[in-house]
Amino acid sequence: MINWIKEQLHPAPLTLSNGKVVTPKRSAMVYVVPLLVVLTLWAMDITRFNFITLFRRGGQFFVMIGRMIPPDWAYFPSIIEPLIETIMMSITGTLVGAALALPLAFLSSDNIIRNKVFLWVNRLFFSVLRTLPILVFALLFKYIFGIGAFAGTLAIAFFTWLIMTKMLYEIVETIDMGPFEAIESSGATRLRAFWSAIMPQILGQYISITLYNFEMNVRSAAILGYVGAGGLGLLLNEKLGWRQYDKVGLILFALLLTVYAIESTSRLIRKKLS
Amino acid sequence: MTDKILAKYKARPKDWILKWSVFLGIVLIIVLSLPYIPYKGLTSYGQVIAKSIITGILSPDFSYFTDFSTQGIPYLLLETVAIAFLGTLVGAILSLPFSFLSSRNLVPSWVAHLFTFIIAMIRTFPAFVYGLMFIRVTGPGPFTGVLTLAVSGIGMTAKLFTESIEDLDKGIIEALDASGCNTIQKIRYGIIPQLMSNFASTTIYRFEINVKNASILGLVGAGGIGFPILAAMSAFRWKDAGTLLFGLVVIVLIIDYFSGRLRKKLATGL
Repeated sequence: MINWIKEQLHPAPLTLSNGKVVTPKRSAMVYVVPLLVVLTLWAMDITRFNFITLFRRGGQFFVMIGRMIPPDWAYFPSIIEPLIETIMMSITGTLVGAALALPLAFLSSDNIIRNKVFLWVNRLFFSVLRTLPILVFALLFKYIFGIGAFAGTLAIAFFTWLIMTKMLYEIVETIDMGPFEAIESSGATRLRAFWSAIMPQILGQYISITLYNFEMNVRSAAILGYVGAGGLGLLLNEKLGWRQYDKVGLILFALLLTVYAIESTSRLIRKKLS
Repeated sequence: MTDKILAKYKARPKDWILKWSVFLGIVLIIVLSLPYIPYKGLTSYGQVIAKSIITGILSPDFSYFTDFSTQGIPYLLLETVAIAFLGTLVGAILSLPFSFLSSRNLVPSWVAHLFTFIIAMIRTFPAFVYGLMFIRVTGPGPFTGVLTLAVSGIGMTAKLFTESIEDLDKGIIEALDASGCNTIQKIRYGIIPQLMSNFASTTIYRFEINVKNASILGLVGAGGIGFPILAAMSAFRWKDAGTLLFGLVVIVLIIDYFSGRLRKKLATGL
């Protein structure tokens, strides 16, 4: 064991068949493993990680899941409304966000905007906004526009706008600039050249990332209810609080089906696009 | 020359029907969804709140940043990062069996299908849902946050792990086999070096996501900076909320930057 550690710290030089002597490089693991161990122990201390609680109570999680089966099917009619609301919130939010992302991506691509200072300030501002979780936006809009689906939709639209802008300008920066330059040199404005030369190139990926964002938004729309912004989240928290696990099971099942249906449809469309 | 160009331009594909029908379709969807998203105008105090949010967030109170007690921002941020770190690590370890059992090149296809399905199911629910459930198992606190992130992380981590396992180059293993290596040596020199950098990269990426998730988890009471943010916002203490959000933004930007650099290094070789 000790020899093995010594070997890792100071790898013995090897003599090749042609008489050359090489010293193998020390493995990065020598530094990484102790660092990880120390950080883990420190994090366990901070988070009060507790194996005893884990073993004593961990099983409760599965007991809880067990109680969700079978789901309370009779409860289904009362979740149709919030479920449709969740889907509608994500559709509208995604569409609005996706539409707004296009102009902002135009303003954030380094191969279209050549003013370095503007580009840098613009990107910094929006990457700061992008670090905020969607629930924070939902909370802010809730206080401004009141409780309900409108605040939730706005939060989704805003969040989609920020994320899609980044995804879009990363795509725009990798495209073939030939057509754009050709159109620009024939006297078209940059906006016009963007529309005619770049849009056809990115359209497929644009639709594809819109669908991808839509998938993610259905999930987040479901939890926005927790902060009173419409959707399934509030219902979920309420039923968990009342320990009506069979109803929780039904809500989760409905969410699973919806997400699955949307994911497979969008995967089908995305496959056709590529 | 110009005639030819004009002739070609006149013969361009006529897709205006398609374009208009897509446009009308989108408008129709929005119109259909409007009844579900009622706009009731601003709340009576909406404008005041909007104004104080913006001024509050733009003028953070930096004295909180030098408060090193357990209520201060440095500790809250440290706790958030610790939750994310441990959650990611435990999640990555939990993902290992799932990912090997769902790799089509290692196990019979029905086993792979079954585990792929389980992973997809875990991935369906947002971390928040697991948080709501775990809070009733282990009570509020950062420990619950760790468990939540660990379990909800399996969905993505295991899927990405599986992809790298399925991309394994079998030639290397065959070559080691031909030169007389035993199973342990084949794993040590043939499999681990191929998987290590991909696994590390995935785990670092997940850590980046988990730092953001950890800040949300606070909303259900699972530790970290989320709960103070929520509390400050619901008590209309916008200055405090702004300060806390400022801390969160800074830490997320720092972690994004280093994780991006580290992953680039892993992808191109150390």
